[in-house]
Amino acid sequence: MIEIRNVRKSFGNHEVIKGVSLEVKKGEVLCLIGASGSGKSTMLQCINGLEPIQAGEILVDGISVHAKSTDLNLLRQKLGIVFQQYNAFPHLNALENVALAPRIVRKMRPKDALEIAREHLDYVGLSAQAEQYPTSLSGGQQQRLAIARALAMKPDYMLFDEVTSALDPELVGEVLDTIRKLRTNGMTMIMVTHDIAFARESADRVAFFDGGVICEIGDARQVITAPNKERTQQFLQRVLH
Amino acid sequence: MKITLPYSGLQWSDLWFVLQGIGNTVLLTVIAATIGTIIGLALGWARGESKTARWAFAPIINVVRSVPLIIQLILASSFFAMAGGEASPLVAGCVVLSLYMGVLTSELVRAGLASVHITLRRAARSLGMSYWQELRHVSAPLALRAVFPGWVGTLIALTKDTALVGVLGYVELMRATQILINRTNEALLILTGAGLFYFLICYPISRYCRRLEKAMNHD
Repeated sequence: MIEIRNVRKSFGNHEVIKGVSLEVKKGEVLCLIGASGSGKSTMLQCINGLEPIQAGEILVDGISVHAKSTDLNLLRQKLGIVFQQYNAFPHLNALENVALAPRIVRKMRPKDALEIAREHLDYVGLSAQAEQYPTSLSGGQQQRLAIARALAMKPDYMLFDEVTSALDPELVGEVLDTIRKLRTNGMTMIMVTHDIAFARESADRVAFFDGGVICEIGDARQVITAPNKERTQQFLQRVLH
Repeated sequence: MKITLPYSGLQWSDLWFVLQGIGNTVLLTVIAATIGTIIGLALGWARGESKTARWAFAPIINVVRSVPLIIQLILASSFFAMAGGEASPLVAGCVVLSLYMGVLTSELVRAGLASVHITLRRAARSLGMSYWQELRHVSAPLALRAVFPGWVGTLIALTKDTALVGVLGYVELMRATQILINRTNEALLILTGAGLFYFLICYPISRYCRRLEKAMNHD
């Protein structure tokens, strides 16, 4: 379970998260929606400790992410994250991209790491591209590679940070299919997305971020089709039309 | 058998003298390149990571880069003499050239590490890699690809700069050439020969490094 308690986060004098609390249970899919700059992506980066926080607490399976005593490198193995920019390692081919972390972080034997990597490339449908370098892959393929790379660490949670925002429209489908597959397999996920239709279809709950706070949170269909708050209605009207 | 060029004081034994000079040039280059690269890696990394280090080492970097090597060599040699230490020309030359190579390399290293996008480093850390694992397996290989051609250029320049250590009395290729010219007055012939030898040292470096570069970029 991920518990976020009253988290505040600033960049310099600019406070982007102004007291957010929420919980995500095992097996649940939560989508974070909201305008650009409302703090959704930052929230995600705080969850796996890539960003420090100024107040509050984030607990992953009861372990405080920002406590000094926490071994972040160990904790991050539970939390896979996929970014908007694909961030494939350009000097490694697809197979090595996926095998690197299992080999050096999990200390697997190279042979076993490659085996794991093959399995995960297969899972995201990139078996045929195993020997290719990222520069020769399409955006959608690179993003699926990034998903495979995160999954190869066998995380308990997956965080998706606007993973389809940088993609050409015709490549979005293949990435969303991969996420649907993960959902079917019961992965716990937190997704920041601008794709409201996808959020309605695949999320259990949706949280609407507005100005650094959660304005509305609830059942995905209810929040998207019949929001209670006026701000949510206005936002949805803007993005759906 | 003694073959001499007509009207020339050149003898076959002079070839051995020149070869020793080449040996000394190569020795100086190898030592300065090795120590300099190690200094450059440490200094460049430190200055890339820490503001304090960037600020603290800026003066020495600016001085070493801006003062002509020949002045640095003479000053360093005199300093060793004044300090009471009897530094051989080789040691003084190595110290100055290593520092020079180190300073130039450090800027390359810093630029190379800065060229690795922060989001890529974050992606690596998000997989559970420690700072050092990320540096070793992601940032360093990418930085190396970015600045390797520049480093080869620096290495070739260093090879030629070893000629300046001759002013301290170290008989490397250039100094050996001068001695022979003084004795024989065959300036054109000997300088052409010496130039050819420098080319023969530098060209293989650039060819070999070009191959390494290709291999790194999987062409």
